[in-house]
Amino acid sequence: MRKTNVLALAALGTALTMGLAACGGTAGGGGNTSSGNNATGGAAPTAKHNDAYTKVVNASDAKGGTLKFALSDEPDSMDPGNTYYAWNWNFSRLYARPLLTYAAEPGDAGLKLVPDLAEGPGEASADGKTWTYKLKKGIKYDDGTEVKAADVKYAIARSNFTDELTDGPKYFAQYLDSGGYKGPYKDKNLDDFKGVETPDDHTVVFKLKAPFSEFDFLVANPQSAPVPQAKDTGVDYEKTVVSTGPYKFESHEVGKQLNLVRNENWDQATDTTRKQMPDRIEVQFKQNAEDIDNRLMAGQIHVDLAGTGLQSAGRAKVVQDPAKKDSTDNPFTPFNRYAMMSTKVKPFDNIDCRKAVQYATDKVATQAPWGGPLGGDIGTTAMTPTTVGYKQFDLYPNGADHKGDLTKAKEHLAACGQPNGFEANVAVRGDRTKEVQVAEALQASLDRVGIKLTIKKYPSGDWSAQYAGKPDFVHKNNLGIMIAGWGADWPSGFGFLSQIVDGRFIKASGNYNMMELDDKAVNELLDKGIQTTDSAARNEIWAEVDKKVMESAAFMSFVYEKTLIFRPANLTNVYVHPAYGMYDYTWLGVKQ
Amino acid sequence: MTAPSESFLELRDLRIHFPTEDGLVKSVDGLSFKLDRGKTLGIVGESGSGKSVTSLGILGLHKDGRAKISGEIWLDGEELVTASQDHVRTLRGKKMAMIFQDPLSAMHPYYSVGSQIVEAYRIHHKVGKAVARKHAIDMLGRVGIPQPDRRVDDYPHQFSGGMRQRAMIAMALSCDPELLIADEPTTALDVTVQAQILDLMTDLQREFDSALIVITHDLGVVAELSDDILVMYGGKCVEYGSAEDIFYRPEHPYTWGLLGSMPRLDREPTERLLPIKGTPPSLINVPPGCAFNPRCGYAGRTRGRSTSQVPELLETEGGHLVRCHLPRAERRSVWENEIKPMMEST
Amino acid sequence: MPGSDPPGHPGRTIVVAFIVRRVIAAVLMLAVVSMATFAIFFLIPRALGQTPEGMASRYVGRDATPEAIQGAVKRLHLDDPLLVQYGRFAKGIVAGQDYSLGPKKAECPAPCFGFSFNNNQPVWPTLLDRLPATLSLALGAAVIWLVTGVSIGVVSALRRGSVLDRAAMTVALAGVSLPIYFTGLVSLSVFAYTLGIFPGGGSYTPFTENPVMWFQALVLPWITLAFLYAALYARLTRAGMLETMGEDYIRTARAKGLKERTVVTKHALRATLTPILTIFGLDLGLLLGGAVLTESTFSIQGIGKLVIDAIRGNDLPVVLGVTLFAAFFIVLANLIVDVLYAVVDPRVRLS
Ligand SMILES: Nc1ncnc2c1ncn2[C@@H]1O[C@H](COP(=O)(O)OP(=O)(O)OP(=O)(O)O)[C@@H](O)[C@H]1O
Ligand code: SF4
Ligand SMILES: [Mg+2]
Repeated sequence: MRKTNVLALAALGTALTMGLAACGGTAGGGGNTSSGNNATGGAAPTAKHNDAYTKVVNASDAKGGTLKFALSDEPDSMDPGNTYYAWNWNFSRLYARPLLTYAAEPGDAGLKLVPDLAEGPGEASADGKTWTYKLKKGIKYDDGTEVKAADVKYAIARSNFTDELTDGPKYFAQYLDSGGYKGPYKDKNLDDFKGVETPDDHTVVFKLKAPFSEFDFLVANPQSAPVPQAKDTGVDYEKTVVSTGPYKFESHEVGKQLNLVRNENWDQATDTTRKQMPDRIEVQFKQNAEDIDNRLMAGQIHVDLAGTGLQSAGRAKVVQDPAKKDSTDNPFTPFNRYAMMSTKVKPFDNIDCRKAVQYATDKVATQAPWGGPLGGDIGTTAMTPTTVGYKQFDLYPNGADHKGDLTKAKEHLAACGQPNGFEANVAVRGDRTKEVQVAEALQASLDRVGIKLTIKKYPSGDWSAQYAGKPDFVHKNNLGIMIAGWGADWPSGFGFLSQIVDGRFIKASGNYNMMELDDKAVNELLDKGIQTTDSAARNEIWAEVDKKVMESAAFMSFVYEKTLIFRPANLTNVYVHPAYGMYDYTWLGVKQ
Repeated sequence: MTAPSESFLELRDLRIHFPTEDGLVKSVDGLSFKLDRGKTLGIVGESGSGKSVTSLGILGLHKDGRAKISGEIWLDGEELVTASQDHVRTLRGKKMAMIFQDPLSAMHPYYSVGSQIVEAYRIHHKVGKAVARKHAIDMLGRVGIPQPDRRVDDYPHQFSGGMRQRAMIAMALSCDPELLIADEPTTALDVTVQAQILDLMTDLQREFDSALIVITHDLGVVAELSDDILVMYGGKCVEYGSAEDIFYRPEHPYTWGLLGSMPRLDREPTERLLPIKGTPPSLINVPPGCAFNPRCGYAGRTRGRSTSQVPELLETEGGHLVRCHLPRAERRSVWENEIKPMMEST
Repeated sequence: MPGSDPPGHPGRTIVVAFIVRRVIAAVLMLAVVSMATFAIFFLIPRALGQTPEGMASRYVGRDATPEAIQGAVKRLHLDDPLLVQYGRFAKGIVAGQDYSLGPKKAECPAPCFGFSFNNNQPVWPTLLDRLPATLSLALGAAVIWLVTGVSIGVVSALRRGSVLDRAAMTVALAGVSLPIYFTGLVSLSVFAYTLGIFPGGGSYTPFTENPVMWFQALVLPWITLAFLYAALYARLTRAGMLETMGEDYIRTARAKGLKERTVVTKHALRATLTPILTIFGLDLGLLLGGAVLTESTFSIQGIGKLVIDAIRGNDLPVVLGVTLFAAFFIVLANLIVDVLYAVVDPRVRLS
């Protein structure tokens, strides 16, 4: 356990230095910095496994060619204001510039927000309830017209306050003080939307209900990318998105194919994070997942857009072939895969019984279903390593080999008054094979100390509405352990933790704090953190929250999930962006 | 090969055996006979005795390689067993033709009756369709189909049983064959139609001076038509002779059985005087000795020879041949004293 | 009197009356099919306790707010009584309907199968857009499998027990038992990614755009799909041919002195192919409703790919649209087969 994390930290550390050395803090120089990377990063053909994790692989200034993406699924929408897919928050930056975005750097440096449409980070008022952003001047849409502050306001209004655009998150609706605003489709007068003000064409002011120190993270969401009211066609807007990025829509057949071409009205001088290498970008939707892997390996396409990695057949090929393995990277996803123990179900209401589980679990066995070490690092905290504020610690060291410390487990069983173990239920989404296998591994682990688990399977469709997310149901059915996963919408401690550990978020249905942890200290720390504007101090608080949560012993991480993504030799300027856990889609180029 | 035959048709020791999974089926096992133009041979025997296999063998329809054929078939001076398949094919339809058992299944369901006759005609006559069609209508008329010009385009299923049989005859006769084999041409027809069909065949035979083989279970049919009669049992000829020989002086116990079981007008058709007990012999494991011995009431009178020795087909007198171990005198006295009175008494 | 019927082919009035009757039956059947699909999607989940909100939550983003879910319920009319929902659907087909895109309404002229719950696209144009791919795949494969399957079946039957027969039947057994998913991926990996003879998955291009590319991209899917059916048809043809060759009328044909070739082609094949034609019509009709596995394996955006994705995504309007579309093709194929059968086999009457 410890070893893995030390390595992971070391990798991140290297990434940080390399990024700083190569890119001089920002990626602003574009072509220049990438050739610098090329010099230090080594020649392209010698790229090794995980190289793109710490540096830019195949750095190249060569423009032209067609960059081909394939997706096995279809997107919720290609409308930047109407999507919740992580890959799309990455991809949409090719044509949509939000107020802020993440620095174009591998490693920790990439988790830093930098200005995009805005000139700088938001300026918070003293009470923390007003956030002001100044727009850069001279940023144009692909039709040559200039971006106005009102377009940002309109974009927020349409994406958060309409019944039609349902696919994206609704954080702005949640945090902005907008009264009873009905949204721009019912109320065409934008002046009625009081949550955002535009005193002039280059200033956007957000009015919040309560102080929220991580507001900058919210405006890094593609929903803050401007949309001219006159161009909005509602749910159909995804066919004709107006571009502010280096590429614009050529054609979009929904659910089938998207073609992008260079946007001549995009100005590199205003953009510190993107490149404009290929002439065209083509995306095919609904492609056979296995075939995507084969096409990647044959060099016929360049990127699996979803960024969730190879299928099992593809993984097997990579594991068997060192040359292929060198063409892969193994980044963290934002996901923690864990078990929650209900503090309201006997005997898990006793902390010692929970601790017994922590010690008795064979974490190598519970790591296996995710694909072993390639599928994730063994986890010991609630936050994941690519969360800002993450600190490594392990409160329940379960043996040097992570296979469980049965002596300690038995001590805690005795302390809990169940020296011979007990019977309990573990709830799992029955249609998720990996999670079922984890439940079985857990069952076998705990059996060693006399804890007899019965696996209860529920459908994933209503998992959170009817089953594990419904405390009543959990109590009635004595669901002591629930196997779940969580990935944050933005990589901060608050983004990750608030929904799953805040006692005030325990809901009668759709509850993600399944352990029903309602610790006053945790709740207060979360409030304190979100009001702390100094980011260093704030990040300390998130680490503290994590510790408190782990002290409750109700949360047990199995793995910090990783993916195995393939990097074809003909792909240039490739690095893993830590904020997305996939390649930075705005940097890629192709060899011709 | 022995010397060419003087007769129009002659079979010499014909054997047609089928290798099957269960063993070798000896459907025809050493059959010989002669037939001249203008003459009629009746072949009688129970189901499975090899009558159809014999006729198909003559037509060369067992030459697809699956059957083992030996012996000789002489037709108008040509030997057919050793002749090429293709040559025999050119003889079929024209030189020799066959009226098949069960005309419903023997005619193609998807083609009109007329077109099937036209096809048969045009194989051997280089004429246009219209001419062939006229000929087909003509033939249908001659076999007694009413309104042949209308019925010519009907499909077999639109014909009644008797009409189908007539159409079958029309088809077989369309090229004036010199040898006509009629395989149970009247089974399943009612008595009046039967008589009409038989009359028709003899008329046509007379007209073309062809040789005719009539195959049947029904001795009544052969009695009317035949010059000679061949009684088959288990793939072999057991008795051969003129119609008179067979009807008035039969010498083989199996023939007695057949005569005894002949349906007559004064009896219920199903009621039989001397039913032949038991079932036809297996053609694979032929009983030792005489194939008929398990069913024969006289096997006990041969001092064991019936069950040990295969009887030979021997001439009793004047071309009358019998295959039986019973001494000739005994055969005659059994017929005269035991069988004949019993048949006459009813 | 059997002779009083018009001989041979069915009369025109009979055919017309027959078709009219069948069309009415088909419309009724389509209505039943659509109701059944509706019931599977709405009635059964509701009976199992699902609320309109639970249903709507599938069509909105992750962790949607209650307001967003309520909005979706209203917009998709999920809270209406089932009959009203069905009525709206049926009316849409006949009279068209409107749909809120946000700033304005989209008009959906008849036949309007509604809008996808998942991507808000009108279903009918989507179906029409996907049809050419499915047609290309199905018809091309059908030609291949009919020609190869039947010829292999015939040759196998005529040379029963030969090495050729045994080899063909072994391959056919493999063809029948290997899943398309497997044969498709293997053929792609060999011919597209290793040898590079054919383009890889996802390369289907409409004929009207680039006929050469259309052809090249379809060769592997055609062969993969045809392999399965050819195997089936070879076995069917062989069995049928063996049976037919034993028929009395074949013996009759030979007894007439016909050449063996004529006996096989004119007499045996016709009888063998007639039942196969029926199966062929139905198979083709089914395939026009989408070759799900082949389309998925080769990433061809046809009807089959559309419906399987729609089922996975609980996209009722699309599922309903494809179901009706597919049912229509099956009904049509049935009708054509029945008429054809009556034409081919004089014993069959239309009734
Ligand atoms: N192709 C064949 N392969 C194997 N056995 C055959 C074949 N053709 C005929 N036989 C067998 O040969 C025997 C004689 O058959 P055949 O048809 O000649 O009888 P039949 O005397 O015409 O009888 P029926 O009066 O019923 O028509 C039967 O036992 C039959 O099963
Ligand atoms: S040989 Fe014997 S068994 Fe055969 S018929 Fe004569 S008496 Fe009967
Ligand atoms: Mg017979």
